[in-house]
Formats: sequence, C-alpha cells, structure tokens
Amino acid sequence: MIGAGIVGASCAHALALAGLSVRVVDAGLPAATSAGMGHLVSLDGSAAELALCSDSLARWRALAPSLPASGAYHRCGTLWLAENEDDLATADDKRAALAMAGIGSELITPTRLAALEPLLRPGLSGALRVESDAILYAPRVADWLLECVGITLERAQVTALEDQQVRLADGRRLGARVIVLAAGLQAGALLEGLPIEAKKGHLLVTDRYPGRVSHQLVELGYGASAHAGQGTSVAFNLQARPTGQLLIGSTRQFDTLDPRVEPALLARMLERARGYLPALGAINAIRAWTGFRAATPDGLPIIGRHPEREGLWLALGHEGLGVTTAPSTAALIRAGVLGEHPPLDPSPYRFERFRASAPADGQR
Amino acid sequence: MIRLTLDGEALVLPEGTSVAAALAASGDDHARSDLAGRPRAPFCGMGICQECRVCIDGRRRLACQTLIREGMEVERTR
Repeated sequence: MIGAGIVGASCAHALALAGLSVRVVDAGLPAATSAGMGHLVSLDGSAAELALCSDSLARWRALAPSLPASGAYHRCGTLWLAENEDDLATADDKRAALAMAGIGSELITPTRLAALEPLLRPGLSGALRVESDAILYAPRVADWLLECVGITLERAQVTALEDQQVRLADGRRLGARVIVLAAGLQAGALLEGLPIEAKKGHLLVTDRYPGRVSHQLVELGYGASAHAGQGTSVAFNLQARPTGQLLIGSTRQFDTLDPRVEPALLARMLERARGYLPALGAINAIRAWTGFRAATPDGLPIIGRHPEREGLWLALGHEGLGVTTAPSTAALIRAGVLGEHPPLDPSPYRFERFRASAPADGQR
Repeated sequence: MIRLTLDGEALVLPEGTSVAAALAASGDDHARSDLAGRPRAPFCGMGICQECRVCIDGRRRLACQTLIREGMEVERTR
C-alpha cells in the first residue's frame, strides 16, 4: 500500500481484515487527509458519485461505534442552505436524488431553520436537512485504521514503481503480489499518465465557541463550486468541531501548487461565510492553512486494477470526498484483489474510462 | 496607572503594560485552559502561537498583542 492517508489506511484495513499481510509505505508528505475538513457528506454530482457516497456513509455508520473518541466521529447532519426559490428547487432535486439512493432528507422552512441554527442570517429561504451526514477527524481515524493486525507501517518514500515491487529512497526494493497506489497527488510522480490535477483549498479554524452551531452548514451552490472544471471559486461550508471550534471553508483553485495562504481569497471565503453567519464577524480565528485535492477530469476517483501493469491497483483522485468515500473505495479494492463480488458497480471508477476516450479526442 | 479587572479581581498597572504582562503580574500567568482543563500560558509573545487567548471586554483577544486600558475587563477563557 503506497500512502497512509484515509484512502490508503482504509484499503490496508480492509485487506488486512481479509487475511492479507499488508505493508503500508508512506513518506509523510503533506497530504489531503491532514489538510481537509473530514466531512462525511452525500454529494450527488453524478449517479456514480452518489452511489459511492451512499454506500460509504453506511459503512462509516457501521464502523462508528468502534472508532476511538479521538476520531471525533459526530453525526451532526448537514443543512444545505437555500438563499432563494431557485436554491429551494435545487434542494428538492437533491432530496429526490438522495431518496433514490436510500438517503433520507427533508426540506425545512425558514422558521424551522432559524430554530435549528439561530445564528444564521434572517431571510434564508429554507434548507435541505440530511441527518445521516457526519464529521470526523480523519488523521486520527487513518492512524487507528492502520493499528490493525496484519498491517505494518513503514515511513519511507517510494521513488519508483516497478513490476510487483517498489524502490525506496534508501535504495531498498520491496516486492508484493499486489501493490495499491493510494498516494493522492503524489501518485503522479510514480505513474505517468494519471489524469489528476491539484485543486488548492483554504480552511480556517476559530477559537472554541461551544454550542453556537450544531449542523454542518453548506450553501446549495457548493456542489456547483465543487464540480467546477476551471477557475477560482468560493463556497460556504462550516462545521462545528466537537471541541467547539468552527472550521470554515471553502475555496477551489486550479493551476497552482503554492501552499501559501492567499489573503485576498481567504477574505472572499470569510466574507461569504459571514454572509450566512453574521456572528462570525465578532469571533476569533486562530489558524488558516491550505491543502491540495487530487482531482480527476470527471470528479470521480480512480479505483481498480491498472489495465496494463501486473499486480498494480489504483485508489486515488478522490478530490474533496476522500474521507467520505474511503470505506467504499476499500471495499471495491478488496473485492477486486480477492476476486469477490463487488459491493457496487465498479465500472464508473475504473481507470480505463480515461483511456477509452483518449484516441477519440486525439488530445492526449 | 491603569485600573483593570482580571476575572473580577482589580489590578493597577503602569500604562503600556500588555495583557500578557498583566496576567504575569497577577501572580498566575495562565490565560486559558485546554480541552482537558489544563492551564495554558503566553508562549511566543508575538501573536503567532495563539496560546494566550483571553476574553477582553467580551471579545477573544491575544493577551500578548493587547495593551491594558482603563476599565478593561479581562477574563481567562475556559
């Protein structure tokens, strides 16, 4: 297993539970699991995205009672906020789509919304409430998943992927019948032709203000921002962490690998957040940082066997949904590696979907 | 001299004193408690580490970056 983020850790855990001996190699480089929000949220950008979220959220719920307290799993639910009638129509479409996937949600009135979250600005048109969504602290959960019989964790950098073996920075080679590449953006340095690119994001966390917000709050335009194929976008997303801290997002930028916080964009993000939650203007932020999502052209992760490389499996490109969809990614990898029946249709996530279109458009 | 209160106790200190210095002058330099209730105190003294978060006149502020003012009410945050 190359990569000990939430996806690599979940895959290692699933394979170890299946009786395999798993060695996880991780370079300890900055990565999405440690930078991200840790949200478990149902997105419905496509049927395949929703299917993966739905299956995965059920797996997280099943795992929740076993998670350590430090994993901070909290089923806070999401409120998708509607600013106008158009947003309400979007909310109702989302409700119908989630229902098709077996996820319950309800449209709530402005009065009810104000009762649930009194700090939201007056004048919102309502919200879609998804009670099954949750949050957790992904770095700790990833570590916990790796504390499993059958897994050994090695802090080392893989410098080359060879046939059923990897070369490490110190010159050693490690061989394995199955190699899973779950290194997110770093995977691009090990395997040519991966269609993943970096989408930079900013986050900010406040001091502790317990009891002010109880749900994960997201604007209904978040989906459009999350699925945009180019340009810089900002969308309101806020979580109340179990510590009472408020974690505020989000931004999306292409064509940069500069990790510095950009004050102008951070200000745009906070202005947007304050537009929904005016009280944010009077509270104290303690830290802002950035991270990079590993995004594919169609917004779906790449999960499955590499079409040409013997014994190589891919589990990467999860963009902003790696925490949400890690358990199903792991279930698909497990089923593929062991030759079991997959828990859901694996075809939308296969690497081949990008290969098939390459000759047709003649671009790559 | 400037008069202020720290958790309701009166303090009188020279003008130009930071709130972090006022905490130290009170005999108990802790600014806040962590999640487990353990005391935390000013550390970097230059507005970076965020350890000295206190409540000043109802707003969270950094004690090391704030000068005392007449009538200021400072509370340690919990």
